[in-house]
Amino acid sequence: MAVQKKKQPRRSNTIKLKFDTSWTYAPAPESRSVAQIAPEYDLFINGTWQKPSSGEYFDTINPADEKVLSRVAAANEKDVDKAVSAARQAYDKVWRRMPAKERAKYIFRIARMIQEKARELAVIESLDGGKPIRESRDFDVPAAANHFFYYAGWADKLEYAFPNRQCSPLGVAGQIIPWNFPLLMAAWKIAPALATGNTVVLKPAETTPLTALKLAAILQEADLPPGVVNILTGAGATGAAIVNHPDINKIAFTGSTEVGKLIQRAIAGTPKKATLELGGKAANIIFEDAPIDQAVEGVINGIFFNQGHVCCAGSRLYVQESVAAEVIRKLKHRIETLIVGDPLDKNTDIGAINSRQQLDTIHRYLAIGKKEGAEMYESSCALPRKGFFCRPTIFTNVAQSNRIAQEEIFGPVLAILTFRTDDEVIEKANNTPYGLSAGVWTDKGSKIFNMTKRLRAGVVWANTFNKFDPTSPFGGYKESGYGREGGLHGLLPYLSLR
Amino acid sequence: MATSSKNITTAPSNGTGTTPARLEVLKTYKIYIGGQFPRTESGRYYIPVNAAGRQLANVCLSSRKDFREAVVAARAAFGGWSSRAAFNRGQILYRMAEMLEGRKTQFIEELLLQDSNRRAAEKEVNLAIDRLIYYAGWTDKYQQLFSAVNPVASSHFNFSAPEPMGVVAIIAPQDTSLLGLVSVMAPVIAGGNTCVLLGAEKKPLCAVTFAEVLNSSDLPGGVVNILTGQPDELAPWMADHMDVNAVIYCGQDTALQQLLRERSAGNLKRITIHDVTDWEENEGQSPYFIMDTQEIKTTWHPVENIAGAGGGY
Repeated sequence: MAVQKKKQPRRSNTIKLKFDTSWTYAPAPESRSVAQIAPEYDLFINGTWQKPSSGEYFDTINPADEKVLSRVAAANEKDVDKAVSAARQAYDKVWRRMPAKERAKYIFRIARMIQEKARELAVIESLDGGKPIRESRDFDVPAAANHFFYYAGWADKLEYAFPNRQCSPLGVAGQIIPWNFPLLMAAWKIAPALATGNTVVLKPAETTPLTALKLAAILQEADLPPGVVNILTGAGATGAAIVNHPDINKIAFTGSTEVGKLIQRAIAGTPKKATLELGGKAANIIFEDAPIDQAVEGVINGIFFNQGHVCCAGSRLYVQESVAAEVIRKLKHRIETLIVGDPLDKNTDIGAINSRQQLDTIHRYLAIGKKEGAEMYESSCALPRKGFFCRPTIFTNVAQSNRIAQEEIFGPVLAILTFRTDDEVIEKANNTPYGLSAGVWTDKGSKIFNMTKRLRAGVVWANTFNKFDPTSPFGGYKESGYGREGGLHGLLPYLSLR
Repeated sequence: MATSSKNITTAPSNGTGTTPARLEVLKTYKIYIGGQFPRTESGRYYIPVNAAGRQLANVCLSSRKDFREAVVAARAAFGGWSSRAAFNRGQILYRMAEMLEGRKTQFIEELLLQDSNRRAAEKEVNLAIDRLIYYAGWTDKYQQLFSAVNPVASSHFNFSAPEPMGVVAIIAPQDTSLLGLVSVMAPVIAGGNTCVLLGAEKKPLCAVTFAEVLNSSDLPGGVVNILTGQPDELAPWMADHMDVNAVIYCGQDTALQQLLRERSAGNLKRITIHDVTDWEENEGQSPYFIMDTQEIKTTWHPVENIAGAGGGY
């Protein structure tokens, strides 16, 4: 007798997160006293602090209260030229000639000193950039130290990395980094460049220069030979001067796809090599067999980590129709519990948007989303009166062609779309000019590997999201850029192989 | 050495030949098991003598039972050590280098007592520090060289990666007191193994002092256990022990090599012999030394093949 299998109702947790009690978080602010910020910073060229030749300085502010933290020098073409020639001298006379194991020791030193000064760096990172102290303390700063530590070890081991090839450095690397992970991006750029024997001219973003300047002080303290790393502050014009300088051999850029394309055009016809880490619009895909609560947490982390200022943020959520209602309900509940506010408060989940300009961009996209017919839902939390803040926001009823599903917003805004079949979600997820990262949530391992094979993205997270490690290569497909940072593959962009 | 002890002395000579105002405290050279410094359970000792005829110390003559206790400690430490993040193992090896750098003069003096000259002694200590840093760098990299994603024909995700063998018994090079020991130990623990190490019989001082470096380096107790004594006596017990996974022998005694290979057949221990390696040269360090005490594990996982969309865009 055939037994009719009784369909089991899907077991799911329907308890609403209950935070509407009288119980509230007391403020737990990290002290600013450990952060020593000078009123003014010059340019770090050839191991010394040098005045900008234009005499111009610009303010860097705390996006959480709009107060000025410090004034930093604006480097122009002349300063870039000085820095490049210092880097060239250091390359020719010191750095490329130094035994690799001694080079390694310098980089290990830098890693150790970042660890020693971790607390100060974390506080400054949160002050200058607006990210929650919990993230700068537990992620940005340790990850930066670890990156130096990892690449330090490679310096005298390059002969093993690329079999049957002789490695040699490229020369002077011009490196331009973004404002979302200021110190960590500096580490991602400088560590592999130094380990492979190159020298560096680095420009931090104009809104977040302070931790890079603190790093310059660490390099001095570590006795790094003058000129091996030069740090120039400035805006787009400084970056352009670096890109266009004829004595630079390599450009490494992390930032927008738009600027990445400009760089590729600018260096066309020159022997300069480039690594580009650009924008993204990652698909985070939840299948019906996924552990839903875990997936919801992953989606929250995927889009709200660092206020959504993450190029690999999971900004498009694809959820299988059968579980869509449940996932959306849980997401709405969950964003109500996120604490938005003072970046220095250890309870804060979402800090300040990095700049007024970025806040305006996000607001523009919120208006576009509503105009396009998507349904907007934002947390009901209050926002601080001063500073640049944005509520965590989700859009439902989003169409694949909507701009909020196609364009990078770079803020705490999630677009939710649904799908029925594997085929459909693969087509939709890949239907973007970007290809930096993707996420898959399912209990079925064989489905994970099917998806990782078919998703056209440089990093695919399965049942996790926004995970980084110095040993793990990171970088994009398609218009998310090229080249990899991290791991063995992160050495290649700084080497010439014969 | 102008101390009350004419013969057995372990501390640096002050070189003046005059009687110091205070009596020097001599160090007891004990063995290192499970993060502790016991004396040998046997109560036995021997007195190594340097070329000038000076008696160096009353050194523990470790017994079979000491070895067995050390294996128990190493086995107990294996789970924790092998599951540490590779990065963390690197940090700890780096810490050892820091600690060794800080005690440089102590090691140089000990090497001088053990027939080295100052230049050679300084070189040996510097090389030992650099070697630790070298392997600190490898802990999270050798896997990236020796692993593979295997393109099997069926619909499977298949990868192979190295894993530590377990407990390794090591007979350190007998001709150096410090560098040889560091050079054979570092790749073993860098790869996540734990070990029992027998120092140089005739030059045992640095082995014991190095245990003190280990003890202040955040290295969990039991990961490295250090014995002093005679290779000839302990080698058979190393080979016989059923809870030892591999043996490394540094030396040219072919009879001992054969004995190790034969008796290790009991549980198919992996045997590595270093009979000609010059630890002062580049050949003295290599990621292949890490692989000497690694197994390769291959994992198969099915890949679903149900959607038609090829991800072509």
